Amino acid sequence: MKIPGSIVTLLVGVLITIISLWYGQNHGLMPVAASTDAKEVDGIFNYMMTIATGLFLLVEGVLVYCLIRFRRRKGDRTDGPPVEGNVPLEILWTAIPTVIVFTLAVYSFEVYNNLGGLDPTISRDNAGQQMAHNHMGHMGGMGNMVAMAGQDDVALGIGLDSQEQGVKPLMVDVKGIQYAWIFTYPETGIISGELHAPIDRPVQLNMEAGDVIHAFWIPQLRLKQDVIPGRGSTLVFNASTPGQYPVICAELCGAYHGGMKSVFYAHTPEEYDSWVAANAPAPTESVALALPKATSSMTEGEYLAPYAEEMGVEATVLAQLKDHAATGDLL
Amino acid sequence: MTIAAENLTANHPRRKWTDYFTFCVDHKVIGIQYLVSSFVFFFVGGAFAEVMRTELATPDPDVVPPELYNQLMTLHGTIMIFLWIVPAGAAFANYLIPLMVGTEDMAFPRLNAVAFWLTPPGGILLISSFFVGAPQAGWTSYPPLSLLSGKWGEELWILSLLLVGTSSILGAINFVTTILKMRIKDMDLHSMPLFCWAMLATSSLILLSTPVLAAALILLSFDLIAGTSFFNPAGGGDPVVYQHLFWFYSHPAVYIMILPFFGVISEVIPVHARKPIFGYRAIAYSSLAISFLGLIVWAHHMFTSGTPGWLRMFFMATTMLIAVPTGIKIFSWCGTLWGGKIQLNSAMLFAFGFLSSFMIGGLTGVMVASVPFDIHVHDTYFVVGHFHYVLFGGSAFALFSGVYHWFPKMTGRMVNEPLGRLHFILTFIGMNLTFMPMHELGLMGMNRRIALYDIEFQPLNILSTIGAYTLAVSTFPFVINVFWSLFKGEKAARNPWRALTLEWQTASPPIIENFEEEPVLWCGPYDFGIDTELVDEEETVQTLIADAAGS
Ligand code: HEM
Ligand SMILES: [Cu+2]
Ligand SMILES: [Cu+2]
Repeated sequence: MKIPGSIVTLLVGVLITIISLWYGQNHGLMPVAASTDAKEVDGIFNYMMTIATGLFLLVEGVLVYCLIRFRRRKGDRTDGPPVEGNVPLEILWTAIPTVIVFTLAVYSFEVYNNLGGLDPTISRDNAGQQMAHNHMGHMGGMGNMVAMAGQDDVALGIGLDSQEQGVKPLMVDVKGIQYAWIFTYPETGIISGELHAPIDRPVQLNMEAGDVIHAFWIPQLRLKQDVIPGRGSTLVFNASTPGQYPVICAELCGAYHGGMKSVFYAHTPEEYDSWVAANAPAPTESVALALPKATSSMTEGEYLAPYAEEMGVEATVLAQLKDHAATGDLL
Repeated sequence: MTIAAENLTANHPRRKWTDYFTFCVDHKVIGIQYLVSSFVFFFVGGAFAEVMRTELATPDPDVVPPELYNQLMTLHGTIMIFLWIVPAGAAFANYLIPLMVGTEDMAFPRLNAVAFWLTPPGGILLISSFFVGAPQAGWTSYPPLSLLSGKWGEELWILSLLLVGTSSILGAINFVTTILKMRIKDMDLHSMPLFCWAMLATSSLILLSTPVLAAALILLSFDLIAGTSFFNPAGGGDPVVYQHLFWFYSHPAVYIMILPFFGVISEVIPVHARKPIFGYRAIAYSSLAISFLGLIVWAHHMFTSGTPGWLRMFFMATTMLIAVPTGIKIFSWCGTLWGGKIQLNSAMLFAFGFLSSFMIGGLTGVMVASVPFDIHVHDTYFVVGHFHYVLFGGSAFALFSGVYHWFPKMTGRMVNEPLGRLHFILTFIGMNLTFMPMHELGLMGMNRRIALYDIEFQPLNILSTIGAYTLAVSTFPFVINVFWSLFKGEKAARNPWRALTLEWQTASPPIIENFEEEPVLWCGPYDFGIDTELVDEEETVQTLIADAAGS
C-alpha cells in the first residue's frame, strides 16, 4: 500500500509540532527562577524554544532529506527540473517568519513592560530628579548617605516603580569597583560585600560604578544591568524563592573580571531581621563612612583577595572603607 | 578538454609565484593575496583560540595569567573579524567580480592593490602589540576600561583597525564601481550572478558604516594619548556614546562578514544541485533589505547599557525584522536543493554545513533580539555560542565551500575529494562540539571574557575544549589538501562543474587578461535544466575555441 504524499506531510507536521511543544516546555536549560518576573522571562524563552525547535526540525529535516533523496547517481549528467520559483510558496515563507516575529515582538513587549522596563521613573533618561528625591527620603535618619556621582544624570534600568506598589522597597546602594560589589543599606547603615534581602518585598538597587563599566547580574532573577561610571542605574526586583544566588559581573572590567562575584541571599523575613540585627553597626561608627575611590591604589594582592577567598570580599573591602573614612577621602 | 585547456594557457604568459609578493595590480593576484594572507591570520587567531580553550578546560586561571587571557581574547576576536573573515570576503570579491561581469580588471586596479597592501601592515601592527602589552579590553574596546589598561597596546589596536578599515572602504568603492559600470553589455542587473548582488549590498554597508568606526576610534585615540574626555567619565565624557558609535559600525560589520558568503552559497548550491536558484529576485533583494535593516539595529548590543526603555523596544522590533529576509534566503536555498541532482563533493558538503549551522545561529539570533531574554543572556556564553554559529558555522563554512568550489578555477587543479570530506567531517563535528555547549553554559550563568569560572561549569567546558581541539585537527587535512592539490592535483578543465557563470568561460587558471575575447552571455547564470543541451553545447563550443587557440 502506498501512502499518499499529503498524508505523510500531515503526519510529519503533527510529529514536529508535538516534539516542539514538548521540548519547548521541558528543555530544562534555565536555572531556578527565583522571582515572578523571572518566570515571565522563562515563559518567553519557552515560547521561543518551541518555535525554534519546530523550525530547526523542519529545515534540518529538509536538508537531510535532500541529502539522501536527491543525490546524483553516478554518471548522471542531466539537470534537475528547472523550477525558478513558486510565488505562493514564497509568499507563504515570507509570511511565516513575519507572523512569528510579530507575535514574538508583542509578547516580548508585554513581558518587558511587566518587568517595569517602560516605567517612566526608572527607565527614562530624565529620571535624575526623581532619584534625588528618593535619596532625600531615606537619608534623614542615618545621615550616612553616600554621595552618588552623577546621580543627577540619568537613571537607566528596569524594575517597577517601587513607590507605586504600596510597600516601601528596601533601598540598597550598590557600588561596583574592580573587582568587588559593595552593598550599602541606608536604612540600617550596614555595609556589606553581599546582598541580603527579604523575599516578597521589592528591593531597589541604586547602582553606580567606581572605575570602569561593570554589569550586575543575578541569573536566577534573569536581571542584568550595566553599571556605568558617571551614570546612575537602577534595578527593582522582588525575589520569591529563598536561597543563595550568585551575583556576577557581566561586563569585562579587567583581568580579574571572572573573579568579581558575590552572593545574593534571599532571606525569609525572619532570617532577614536577624541578619540585620547581627550586622547593624553602632550608630556612631557609620557616620563618616564613604566609599573608596577607584582601586588604582590597590595592590595586585588586594585585587585577588576577593577571588582567592571566595566570600572574603567583605573583609578586605570593609578594611578599605575604614581607611578611606579615616582620611576623610570622600568621593 | 583537459589537454585543450592546457594548450590554451600555454600560449599566454602565466603569473610567477614572485608576483604574489609585489604591488601587482591584477585583480586575480590581489584576490589570491587576500585569500592567502587571511588564512595566515586565521591560523594565528585559531591558535589563540586554542590557548583560550585550553585555559578554559579548568576553572582556575592556571594555563595563562588572566591578563594574557584577555589579550589573547581581544586579539582572537579582532584577528578573526578584521583579518580573516572580512578580507576573505574581499578575496572572493576581488577574484570573482571582474570575471563574473566579464571584464579585464577592477575599475581602479591600483586602488585595489593599495587596499590589499594596507592589510598586512595592519595585522603585523596588531600582533606586534604583544611587545608593548597587547590590548585587553576585548574587540569592542569599551572605555573607560580601554583607557586604563595599557596605553600603547590599545593605540596599536586602533591604528591597525584604521588601516584595515581604510582598506575595506577602498575595496568597497572598487566593487561597487566594477559591478555597476563594467558589466559586459548583455548583462543587466537581473542577469548578474547573485554573488555580485551580495557584494553590492556588502559594499554599500561598508561605505555607510566604516567611517563612523574611524570617527569613534580617532576620538578614543585622543582620549588615550591627548587626554581629552570624549568618552572618559573621569573628565565628564560619556562611555555610552562610544558604544553607540562603535556598534553603528560593528553591527553592520556582522553583515559585512556574512553577506559575501550568502553570495558564495548562492553560487555553489545551484551548480552542484543542477537546478536554477530558487527565487533569484527574492535572494537578490533580501541582501539589500538586510543591508538596509542592518543599519538600524545597532543598539541591540546595548540592551543592558544606558539605553532607555522605548529605544530598546524600537531596536528589538527592527532586529527581529531581519529574520524575514534571512528566512527567505534559507528557504530559497532549501527550495533550490529540493528535487535537484545533488553532487555531494566537498564544496557542497560545506554548503550543507553552512545551512544547518547558520540556521541555529539565526534562531538564537532572533532569541537574543527579544529584550527580556537578552537581558538574561547578554555578555554570557550563550551569546558567544550564538555568534560563533553565525561566524564559524555560517561565514567560515561558506568560505570553505567557496574555496573548494573555485579552487580549480584559481589554481588549475582539482582538490583531493577524500581529504576535503575528512576536513568537512572534522570541522562539522568540532564546530558543534565547541559551540553548542556554550549556549547552555550561558543560560546557567557563565559570563563571557573570563579566564576563571565556577567548578559547576567545568563538564560542559571540557566538551567545548575537546571540540576546539577537533577543530584544530581539522585544519591539517585542509592544509595538506591545498598543498598536495596545488602540485599534484588532477589538472582542472576550464569548467569542471559545468557551471554557467562567466568565470568558468575562461581557462583555469584564467589568463592574465581574463578572457581571450569578450565572453558571451549564453544564458542566465543559473539556467540549469532549462535547455538541457545548453551546458553541453556550451562545453563543445568552448572546447572548439580552445582547440583553435591551441593549434
Ligand atoms: C577555531 C575555532 C574557534 C574557537 C575555539 C573560538 C573560541 C573563542 C573563545 C573561547 C572566545 C572567548 C569568548 C569570551 O570569553 O567571550 C572567543 C571569542 C570570540 N571569537 Fe572565537 N573561536 C573560534 C573561531 C572564531 C571565528 C571563526 C570567529 C570569527 C570569524 C571568531 C570570533 C570571535 C569573536 C569576535 C570573539 C569575541 C572576542 C571578544 O569578546 O572581544 N571566533 N572565541
Ligand atoms: Cu566588574
Ligand atoms: Cu567584570
